[in-house]
Amino acid sequence: MAADKPDPADDLAQRRERLSAELARIEASLQQGPRKSTGWGEATKIASEFVAGIVVGVALGLLFDWWFGTSPFGLIVGLLLGFAAGTLNVLRAQGFVAEAGAKLRGEPPKGAVNPTRTDDKAD
Amino acid sequence: MENDSVVDPIHQFQIHELISWHPNGVNLSFTNSSLFMLVTVLVASLFLILSTSSRALVPGRSQSIAEMSYEFVANTLRDAAGHHGMQFFPLVFSLFMFVLVANLLGMFPYFFTITSHIIVTFALAMVVILTVILAGIWKHGLKFFNLFVPHGVPMALIPLVTAIEIISFLSRPISLSVRLFANMLAGHITLKVFAGFIVTLSAMGGIGILGSILPLAMAVALTALEFLVAFLQAYVFTVLTCMYLNDAIHPGH
Repeated sequence: MAADKPDPADDLAQRRERLSAELARIEASLQQGPRKSTGWGEATKIASEFVAGIVVGVALGLLFDWWFGTSPFGLIVGLLLGFAAGTLNVLRAQGFVAEAGAKLRGEPPKGAVNPTRTDDKAD
Repeated sequence: MENDSVVDPIHQFQIHELISWHPNGVNLSFTNSSLFMLVTVLVASLFLILSTSSRALVPGRSQSIAEMSYEFVANTLRDAAGHHGMQFFPLVFSLFMFVLVANLLGMFPYFFTITSHIIVTFALAMVVILTVILAGIWKHGLKFFNLFVPHGVPMALIPLVTAIEIISFLSRPISLSVRLFANMLAGHITLKVFAGFIVTLSAMGGIGILGSILPLAMAVALTALEFLVAFLQAYVFTVLTCMYLNDAIHPGH
């Protein structure tokens, strides 16, 4: 009777093992599922990050010109700073650079790049 | 007019006034956009209220969808902003439900997609960013502005780096709104263009009808993709909102 039936404790252990493997697989796919977006999604993400930096830089530069009558130097400086900010945005979105204040909070950067290098790069 | 709208992919985004109202020359008309915002709010609220009204211990179908969306947003917020982030849960959950329901309602034929207008998504993004700034200043006072001054930077570079950080911070609502708007706009235009091909091809008769199978297959595939994008963009909007709120709660002091 007991011979043709596998040991119940063994069977249970095997089932639990299978279940936890299945759960781990689902967990892993859930973790990276929504994060790993489509190619088009990735493209709009990077493009919007980069363009947004330039738009804000130019807008601030024009505003400065308008207030202080320094045209066109505000625009030039604003465009350059906006370009730097856009590049910083893209690097942050891709995880190559730590988020602002992340170093202060003691979080490691998502990428392996030294966060202090960002500023040289953004410049 | 009816014929034009079949082939014109932009026609679906036009705003027209349903109830004209111009007090003192300010256009406060009730438009089709306002109508669908109202519908979105009603659908989202009614769904959540009705589905949770029974409060069964073993949830039914609709109740478990409502509970899943709650858990989903709560986990996202807790992961990104920690336990203190939960005080912003009502805001984040409302944003998620609004964007998600608006995106999904836009998938109905002849419905208006409010998230395909940048002014709507920009207003939502401004709500987020103003919450971040006000909550950050209210909680941390002037220390909040330390967010813009990275540590470990040489003194001479600090003005430059701070300026870049401020521009980067101010660009967040723009990239947040452009991303949602661009995805919805582009998706709906592509769908309409391929659907238009079916109509024009099959109007040629014979080979045209045979050839229209290709754009039909494309339109079916794109519809599935659009449902994915509708959900994904609502999720992305929520995740970024949580990340920005994290700055308000922990600006690195």
